[in-house]
Amino acid sequence: MSADAAMLAVEDLHVRFGDVHAVRGVSFAVGGGESFGIVGESGSGKTTVLRAVAGLYDEWTGTIRVAGRVVGKSRDRAFRKLAQMVFQDPYGSLHPRHTVDRVLAEPLAIHGQGDAEARIEASLQAVGLGPEFRFRYPHQLSGGQRQRVAIARALILEPRVMLLDEPTSSLDVSVQAEILNLLSRLRAERGLTYILVTHNLAVVAHLCGRLVVMNQGRIVEAMTVEQLRARAPREAYTRQLLRASMGYDREAARGLETFD
Amino acid sequence: MTTAAHTPEGWREWLNAAAPRSRAQARLGQAYQSWRGFRRNPLAIVGLCIILGLLLVAALAPVLTNQSPFAQELAERLRAPDGEHWFGMDELGRDIFTRIIYGARITLMIVVLVAIIVAPVGLIVGTTAGYFGGWFDVVLMRVTDIFLAFPRLILALAFVSALGPGIENAVIAIALTAWPPYARIARAETLTIRNADFISAARMSGASSLRILFSHVIPLCLSSVIVRVTLDMAGIILIAAGLGFLGLGAQPPSPEWGAMIASGRKFLLDQWWVATLPGLAICTVSLGFNLLGDGLRDVLDPKQQ
Repeated sequence: MSADAAMLAVEDLHVRFGDVHAVRGVSFAVGGGESFGIVGESGSGKTTVLRAVAGLYDEWTGTIRVAGRVVGKSRDRAFRKLAQMVFQDPYGSLHPRHTVDRVLAEPLAIHGQGDAEARIEASLQAVGLGPEFRFRYPHQLSGGQRQRVAIARALILEPRVMLLDEPTSSLDVSVQAEILNLLSRLRAERGLTYILVTHNLAVVAHLCGRLVVMNQGRIVEAMTVEQLRARAPREAYTRQLLRASMGYDREAARGLETFD
Repeated sequence: MTTAAHTPEGWREWLNAAAPRSRAQARLGQAYQSWRGFRRNPLAIVGLCIILGLLLVAALAPVLTNQSPFAQELAERLRAPDGEHWFGMDELGRDIFTRIIYGARITLMIVVLVAIIVAPVGLIVGTTAGYFGGWFDVVLMRVTDIFLAFPRLILALAFVSALGPGIENAVIAIALTAWPPYARIARAETLTIRNADFISAARMSGASSLRILFSHVIPLCLSSVIVRVTLDMAGIILIAAGLGFLGLGAQPPSPEWGAMIASGRKFLLDQWWVATLPGLAICTVSLGFNLLGDGLRDVLDPKQQ
């Protein structure tokens, strides 16, 4: 896909924190309405890529293009309306002293959007929460309900790109499935573009069409979900990751290699 | 709201509702939960009663006594406590009970003025330093360190001598010396929350730094600062009394408790009531603030929960 036609294009992204070179020359492009996965083990730099795209870090170099427009270090309001993020830990991503109502009203107030009442109700409904949740505090919600609120907050500005940072990994298994189904449904309904970061290959297989595998800050391999399902990776690292994802295996653990 | 809500049980149910139906109900419900936590601590209730008592005494001073705190009856000077003059008379024949009651107003004024200067200054300096970091943090925190390096009473003394004696200058001097610990607390709290995901989420939704500071960071620092203010109140009252005692705070004939102790010092052995009774007033009010602060800490400080 050409970088101009893509909804999100990242070229030669480097992120350095002091001496740590966390992301080393990552490039990828995601088309509009596509769902794109970034997988890798902890410390592979996948979340860093996502946060750099989100504009939460300043320490990056390279080119990031969203909807054909090059974005800089500081993002304007147009970018915020285009791309929103859902964080990994729903216990940390909601302000402990703000009600659901306030969490959802704030982006609307910042962007000067009217009709807050109706939009808050509609976004709660879109994520499957009834009006009785509107004035609750986060501590009155379960983990799954909190993550739904976080998704509602991301959706309330009606973005076209959603950056999902392990949206299900801190939830228990039955709730994970609910959230994944919710995300699939929302994408189908709204034609959203997803960038999903996860270490869970099953989540990628469920939600994404294409994915890249990252290790040590680099993209090791790009593949389609069909290739992933067929367990036919090209690279040795991906093979090892696939084997590790099938659960603990003494033989596999003994054979683990470090790839750099 | 239904009619059932007008009974006490109805109100309690409304406050405890798991699914509040309005912003006000959600907020009142939270306040009610805090109050229930606070109520479980009997000492905190004692502290609250003492502080409410101080407020009442200050507000109702002309009702509680029909005498003037300045009226002198030189013939009756140093009269011992009895049924007519409950706390006795001082060296100029003024009724000590009346003076203590009017002194409550001065104490309250000092406490309130210091609190409304110190808490906002400390909060703003600390949270901006913590949130922005970098050289901003370095400059603000070194200034804070300089203030912290002096003993408080000595620094307050220096300020009062520079500004001139008087109750207003005493308040300014105390406020100038009292804000650094608040800045420290607020900065430490800010450092722990500035990298939280909810701050990132606020930035993602386009919130300005000012908005993040005032609606996300400060509300979370507020409870520890409130606790610290109440616990510090006792110290502030003592410093104000100390300045009054040294003649640098309230000036005669003002019925400030510290100044009253200073003038009663000369008669401490023979006419004990002149210095002891204002001392007991200071002691009681300080204790009240300390107990209240302890109780508030249990309820408000998230780290204790």
